Formats: sequence, structure tokens, C-alpha cells
Amino acid sequence: MTTTRWVIGLGAALTLSGAVHAGATLDAVKSKGFVQCGVSTGLPGFSSADDKGRFTGIDVDMCRAVAAAIFGDAEKVKYNPLTAKERFTALQSGEIDMLPRNTTWTYTRDTSLGLNFTGVNYYDGQGFLVTKNLGVKSALEMDGASFCIQAGTTTELNLADYFRSNKMNYTPITFDTSDQTIKAFEAGRCDALTSDQSQLYALRIKLSDPKSAVVLPEVISKEPLGPVVRQGDDEWFNVVKWSLYAMVNAEELGVTSANVDEMKASSTDPNVRRLLGVEGVKGEWMGLPDDWGYNIIKQVGNYGEAFDRNVGAGSALGIARGLNALWSKGGLQYAPPIR
Amino acid sequence: MTTHVAHPDLPPPSTSIGAIAWLRANLFSSWLNSLLTLGSVYLLYLTIPPLISWALINADWVGTSREACESGGACWVFVGVRMNQFMYGLYPETEYWRINLAAVLLVVLMTPLFIKRFPWKRWLVPFVLFGYPVIAFVLFSGGVLGLEYVETSRWGGLTLTLILSSVGMAASLPLGIVLALGRRSHMPIVKSLSVVFIEFWRGVPLITVLFMSSVMLPLFLPEGTHFDKLLRAMIGIALFQSAYMAEVVRSGLQAIPKGQYEAAQALGLSYWQSMGLIILPQALKLVIPGIVNTFIALFKDTTLVLIIGLFDMLAMIQAALADPNWLGYAVEGLTFAALVYWVFCFSMSRYSLALERKLHTGHAR
Repeated sequence: MTTTRWVIGLGAALTLSGAVHAGATLDAVKSKGFVQCGVSTGLPGFSSADDKGRFTGIDVDMCRAVAAAIFGDAEKVKYNPLTAKERFTALQSGEIDMLPRNTTWTYTRDTSLGLNFTGVNYYDGQGFLVTKNLGVKSALEMDGASFCIQAGTTTELNLADYFRSNKMNYTPITFDTSDQTIKAFEAGRCDALTSDQSQLYALRIKLSDPKSAVVLPEVISKEPLGPVVRQGDDEWFNVVKWSLYAMVNAEELGVTSANVDEMKASSTDPNVRRLLGVEGVKGEWMGLPDDWGYNIIKQVGNYGEAFDRNVGAGSALGIARGLNALWSKGGLQYAPPIR
Repeated sequence: MTTHVAHPDLPPPSTSIGAIAWLRANLFSSWLNSLLTLGSVYLLYLTIPPLISWALINADWVGTSREACESGGACWVFVGVRMNQFMYGLYPETEYWRINLAAVLLVVLMTPLFIKRFPWKRWLVPFVLFGYPVIAFVLFSGGVLGLEYVETSRWGGLTLTLILSSVGMAASLPLGIVLALGRRSHMPIVKSLSVVFIEFWRGVPLITVLFMSSVMLPLFLPEGTHFDKLLRAMIGIALFQSAYMAEVVRSGLQAIPKGQYEAAQALGLSYWQSMGLIILPQALKLVIPGIVNTFIALFKDTTLVLIIGLFDMLAMIQAALADPNWLGYAVEGLTFAALVYWVFCFSMSRYSLALERKLHTGHAR
């Protein structure tokens, strides 16, 4: 692990020395005419190719939002499917412009790789999947339970920490792959399955009767996932950051892809008018057209729409909003105002 | 006068001909064999009927969504819906004809090579080896002659598997021959370079080679130089396989008796003449099994490119498994992959057997 860090760090140093000119990324993106976006090779709800070969997912929508903001056309994106190991190199070497690839925002990554996290488009965290028959409402009632875990992941350590700090006992049963884990859970070899919450919902679909299991509300670790850009290009950093914020603000203000035209024509709310570029703020401060916010909402939708469509109630996954609800509705999604 | 009429031959006893005799001789010749037979039949009974009922009888074949898969058997609908992607990857649908055209062209060009007395083989072979790849590349990539440009990150599926393996095969055999000759050369520099090259590439796992090419290499190139990921993988695979090929060919060279070398020299042939006319034709014929073995391994090794985010057929199947609408059909997808790989590898091994028979000139025992 240390070697990997060292190598990546070395790479970062090499790249950084060449990339100090600010604003280069946006100019390059504009001149080539598309955003080169690094996404996962396949993660349900975050980025996956559908049967027509189109990429969809909540991470993919971040790429589309940025493209809509710059070009007024959400389709001007090219996707680089990346594995977890090569994702940072691809960004450092300039192969891609942005990396929304379910990447957890941590101190190490933010400070030592020559990269910056632009925000959080999904608050993930480790949770528990239990059968309904167990009748458990909270993880705290699970003293002495057995857990199916995928071996060699931080999940194992988080679980140990959680149970030790709550002075409870548990039996871990480890497996190599997530498929084996869910099979064992279905066969009744353990009382509960633990993994990141976004994974739990995807695993639940693989049960022969998905409704027989529930995801508990508790989250025992912090996994904030967000888009990443190269450090040292503040203008580009702003574009990606505010594309996300525009989507969150739009949900808060009730602007959706369906009513955005009407809102733009008739809304008197100054917040909405600023978001849609009708008055007050100028897109050129970021090097974008004034209606960048309007284009994002019109073509990609607000944050709530993107969430529902890809991972939430409107998708096969059916993930509850939970931590990803707006701050005004008990969640963590909070965007600075556009003014 | 009575003529003697020979009594017609009696048929052999019913226990020594036909199915019963075969059963007695092959399956029940001793109590141990009888026991093994019964045990095997029981094992087959345990595995085959459920397999058939899962894969064929209870399976769902038609439909467009997972709602069509209610019968509890295999859901081939998933494979059917994704078939285009498994074959062509993320290549734009309107441009599939380019891949099809390249495939048809290859078949048309290759067929005469299997006809014994085809007159223009001398011209066709170099064209297939050097001309065709250029045509195929232009067709796949586009960007000229009014064809839409398709970047290599969208190439995928079985197409990519075949591209990677055929490039690997076409490059590794000549490179391997050169390396094998180099390793047996009397010139110290050539010899040591060959040895170092072979031992280096044989000493590292293919996964490492691919990782280096996709993760490390971009960091050491000047910023802004984009060196296509697929090309990097191809070069990696070709160099890696050529080292293995070199050792296979060298084993053939060593099997040729020294008298053959000396006879070639005595005829006054130059080094290249004696190699090209006397030694290599014999040596390569001897190592056909080894060469095909390496090719089959190479064909299956191409699946490793999935760890660097290239969508070969297996990676495409895994990506399809991540579609939220089709979660949980891993077994169907992987069964399909296994079937396709088996068909290709088995054909290769049958072809190599046929080739051995055709070139058989007395060495085989």
C-alpha cells in the first residue's frame, strides 16, 4: 500500500510541475468540444452502460451537468471507463478532465495526490441488511449476531470498531466476493450483511425475494463520494463545483427539468432568477454562458431528480434519500447560495 | 449326387457382440469398474438433469426485460438483450456494419489460404498480414473517407477480444522466431539482448505489464501526449507473448539434428538461407502443438485487459451485470462467456491437429 502511495505521489509531483497554469482545462475542454469524463466500469446506479450502450447513473449525471453548463448540451461528454486502481493516474496525466467515480473523499487523497474534491454528490456509509423476519429495527439490537462480510475491505474494520465501541459481540463470516456474500446471506448463514449502503441496495435486488430484507437506517462509517479534479486549476474546479451546487440549489428552490422554462419566464423569486441566469450573477465569472444553470436543470434535472432516476425511488435500486436528503429535510445536501 | 452345403455361420453369441458386449468390455469388466460406472452414472444423474432443466427446459428465451424471467430457470433474455454489446462493445449501433464488413473481408481473404492449389498464395499471405490490418484499422477507427471517427475506448466485446488476440498472435510469432534465433546466435550482443528480453518478459506477470502500461506509463510521458490505452495494451501483450513464443520456437530448433545444420552449410547456404529453407520449416512443424498452446493461452489471457478498463467480451458482460435493471444474472452471463471461449479455443486446437496431420512427414510417432 505504501508503495502504491509513493508511486502515485511521485506521479502527482511529476504532473503538478507541468500544470500550474490556471484555466487551462476549461479552455482545452472548450476547444476540443467535449468533456472527457472518468467513470466506473460498472456500478449499479452510479455508472453503468444500459442495453443501448449509453452510460447512466448519478456519477454520469455529474459529467452531463458540467457539459450542459459549458456547451448547453449534456451529450457533449466522452466517457473513460476506469478501474479503481487507474482512476487517479488517468486524472493526473490529463487523460480525463474530471473524475466522478464513487470516490471517497479522504484526507490522504485530497492532500497527497495533487487532486481536489469538488463536493459530495452522494453521502455513502456502511450499513446493514437484515431479513424482515429478524424483526430488528436498529443495529444496536444486534448483540451476538453473525455478519456476512466481504474479506479484505475496510468494512471489516469498521464493523469491529462499531461493535467494540458499543460493547457488543458479533461473529464475522467472511467471503471473497460480494456475490458469495449475498448468496450466504440468502442461505441464512448469517443474521445480517454489512457493506456500503449503496451496495446493500444493489445486493438486495439479487435476492430471490428482495422484499424479504431491509436496510437498517444506521450508517457506521463516513464515505462521502464526490467528483475529483486536478489541483491547481481553480477555474475548472469552480465549474465542476458549481455545477453540482446548481443542481442542489435547484431542488431546494423547487426548480425541476419540467418546470424550468416556466420558472425562467415567470418566476419572481430572485434566487430562482439568479440560478437560471436571468438576473444578478454572470456566467462569465466562471467562463461560462449566463444560462449555465438553466441548461443544467433543463437537460439533467435537479439533484433530487438525478437521485430518484438513478438510485432512488424511481430506479430499480430504490435507495432512500437518508443522508442525501436536503439539509432542510434532515439530510446533509447543502449548497452555498448562488448570488 | 448330393452336394455338400456348408452350414451357414452361426451368429456370435449375443453376449459378445453389440451393445451388451461393449458394456461388458468397457464398463463392467470387473467389480471395481462396475462400481465406478454406477458411481459415475449416479453423479451424472445428480448433475445433468438439473442442469438441463435450468439451462433449457425452465429457461426464458424471449422478452426484453427482467419481467420476462419468471420461470426460475436460466434467463437467456439477459444475454439476448445484451448480445449486440457482447459482440460489438459500446461501438455505435449505426456503425456495426464496419465491423461486420471487416469480419467478412477476413473470411474472404483467408478462405483461399486453405485451398491447396490456390495460385496467388505468395501475394495473398503478405496482404493478409500487412495490408488487411491497415484496412481493418481504418474501418474500425474511421475518421477518413467520410467514416465517423470511433475512439478506441468504444471498441469492445468479442470484437476487441479478437482484435487483441489476433494482433498478439500475428506479432508474437515473427518476433518469437527472431528472438529464438537470437538466443541461439553466436554473436554475444545479439544473444545477450535476446536472453535479457526473453527472461524479462517471462519473469513478469501479464497483469503487471498491463498495469504498468496503463497506470505508470502515462505519468512518465510528457503532459498532453496521449498514447492510446488500447495500443499500449496491444504492445504489452505482443511483447509478453513473443517471449513465450521464442522459447517454444527454440525448443523446435533444438530438436533438429545437428546434421541438418551441417548439411545446409555444406551446400553453401548462407545463414538466412539455411534457416529459412532447411531449419525453420522443420522446427516450426515440430512445435505446432506448442505454438497453438501459446495462442490459446493468449486468447484467454486477453480477458485480463478488463483490469485496465478495456471492455473485452468478459468485461462487457461484467459491465452489463452492473445495470440496475439486470442485477443478479451473473451465472447466465458467465455461462455464455465460457461457451464462447470454449468454442474458439476448441476450434483452434482442432485446427492445430488437422495441421499436424497435413504436415506429417514421419517425425510423429
